[in-house]
Amino acid sequence: MTALFDLKKVAKSFVKGKEKISIFDDLNMTIEEGDFVAIMGPSGSGKTTLLNMLGGVDQPTSGEVWFAGERIDSLSEGNLAKWRANNVGFIFQFYNLMPMLNAARNVELPLLLTKLSGKQRKKNVETALTLVELADRAKHMPSEMSGGQQQRVAIARAIVSDPKLLLCDEPTGDLDRATADEILKTLQLLNEKFNKTIVMVTHDPAAAKYAKRTLHLDKGEFVEEGMAA
Amino acid sequence: MKDLYLIYKNLTRKPLRLFLTSFAIFIAFLLFGAVTTLKSALDSGVELSADDRLVVLNSINFTNPLPVAYVNRVKAVEGVSKVTHANWFGGYFQEPTNQVVTFAVDPETYLDVYSELVIDPAQQDAWFRNRQGILIGERLAKINGWKVGDRIPLSSNIFSQDNGSSTWDFVVEGVFTGNDEQVDTGYAIFHYKYFMETQTMGGDWIGWIILTTTDPALNESVARAIDDQFANSSTETDTSTEKAFNKAFIEQIGNVGLIIFGVVFMAFFTILVVVGNAMVLAVRERTGEIAVLKSLGFTSPRIFRMVLAESMLLSLLGGMAGLGGAYVVVAGAKDAMAQFLPNLVLGTDTALQAFGFMVLLGLVTGLLPAYNALKLNIITAFSRR
Ligand SMILES: Nc1ncnc2c1ncn2[C@@H]1O[C@H](COP(=O)(O)OP(=O)(O)OP(=O)(O)O)[C@@H](O)[C@H]1O
Ligand SMILES: [Mg+2]
Repeated sequence: MTALFDLKKVAKSFVKGKEKISIFDDLNMTIEEGDFVAIMGPSGSGKTTLLNMLGGVDQPTSGEVWFAGERIDSLSEGNLAKWRANNVGFIFQFYNLMPMLNAARNVELPLLLTKLSGKQRKKNVETALTLVELADRAKHMPSEMSGGQQQRVAIARAIVSDPKLLLCDEPTGDLDRATADEILKTLQLLNEKFNKTIVMVTHDPAAAKYAKRTLHLDKGEFVEEGMAA
Repeated sequence: MKDLYLIYKNLTRKPLRLFLTSFAIFIAFLLFGAVTTLKSALDSGVELSADDRLVVLNSINFTNPLPVAYVNRVKAVEGVSKVTHANWFGGYFQEPTNQVVTFAVDPETYLDVYSELVIDPAQQDAWFRNRQGILIGERLAKINGWKVGDRIPLSSNIFSQDNGSSTWDFVVEGVFTGNDEQVDTGYAIFHYKYFMETQTMGGDWIGWIILTTTDPALNESVARAIDDQFANSSTETDTSTEKAFNKAFIEQIGNVGLIIFGVVFMAFFTILVVVGNAMVLAVRERTGEIAVLKSLGFTSPRIFRMVLAESMLLSLLGGMAGLGGAYVVVAGAKDAMAQFLPNLVLGTDTALQAFGFMVLLGLVTGLLPAYNALKLNIITAFSRR
């Protein structure tokens, strides 16, 4: 396996008024292509912040973030947006679908950033929706769907442009056990069958079990896997 | 262009708000279209008057006559080029309510002075030769369905003939048009000699004199020279440019126009605030969604354009409907107002001006929310929820 992500000496701090809040001082990590990593840790430990840096929506205060041999922390805003469109699919805790668009139109959004024709876009949307077993709900509005269904639409949206990387921030945080398991199985399928590299933040040890490995984040550092409770 | 559906869905997601804001814009542009048309119709009378044409009136007021001898004396004034005269006939056709604006004129000199009127040379000759001939404007001909060769009796509500009748018989010898679309052709002219010989008031008098100067720069001095010449006589004159004459005539309505104009612009300003505020709120409600779009890879400039396009669309939607409404209103009022405002047409100028304002409104109301969307930070937007 080749390294997809390489974080070198990443530091991140926020300035709030006169106070400087340091979240990471010296974070180093490598994620191989095809990996499925669960990130756990107490609230406020910086899990979301880390995921945002991986996804190119946030930048480290210092240090380097390498993705497939390209340094992304120094890209301009416009180039980062382009990079995200090509490489990352985001899955959020609260689905974040556009309420005025039906399932198919929501899934189509990332394809609006490509050169695909309307016909091709439609085909790809169908494929993605079929993969999450929601082809029959294409015309449904988000408000007409359950949480689990909305999350599956969100997954379809994340994978429709075929990115290498899926970043999930507590994707099952708002779902019951059975629905959560379905979602996690889908993620597992995407990892195993479609070779998507997945980084998933979760509070739920049962969810973390679906991943290939789990990293525990605490006080700005990764704690040895075996050592964490 | 691919974002058009998204823009459309954003615009229409709250139908009531869309209705209210676009209705406000609709009203503004309805008012704008109608009032601007009214104003330009009023102004066009003034604008069209030739620069070098002067009108000599009895100084008491324009309903009092002048001696016909004045024509030659005016002609002798230095700087005067062509001279003609006219009498108000006060005509109507069959019913007093069916007014026909009619003047008794000296045919040759009148057409010479009013060079913007266009007539077929054969028709012109025929009219010159026929004492009872009448020359009618194209618009008047259309309204009444008159054509060359028609015999039309016109009555006067002022004058009568020796035989007691107040109705004169005329033969339509020609129809005149204008060399410009806006030239008024809603009136008729006939031979002054025929009028003088048949009306009972007798005497050699005329209504007013119209003259051209050799150079518009001489207008003032020529006007003064004419009025000085008749000062302290039994009939003093008041000479002014045709423009000033027409302007004074419509001044009162013009001022009303100014007031309406002020009201329209206040309405515009209010709408600017209302729509601008609605747009800011609408975009603020979407903070999370905009952050999601950005995380998907939509660039900030693209989102900026989408918001701007949305406000532009809103403005054009309401504005075009309003302009269309104004067009219908103006078209409906045209016939009723034809007598006083022959040029009541919602012109291309007004439409283009309105379109310009729509674009401006869309820009101004969209700029702030679009800028907010442009600057929106994904992280803070997410952590705010
Ligand atoms: N924009 C910001 N400005 C200031 N501080 C911030 C900002 N974003 C995050 N933080 C702080 O950084 C720390 C880490 O936040 P982060 O959201 O990454 O935690 P988390 O591990 O995802 O927590 P949770 O499990 O509750 O989601 C917190 O103390 C938070 O208050
Ligand atoms: Mg978090």
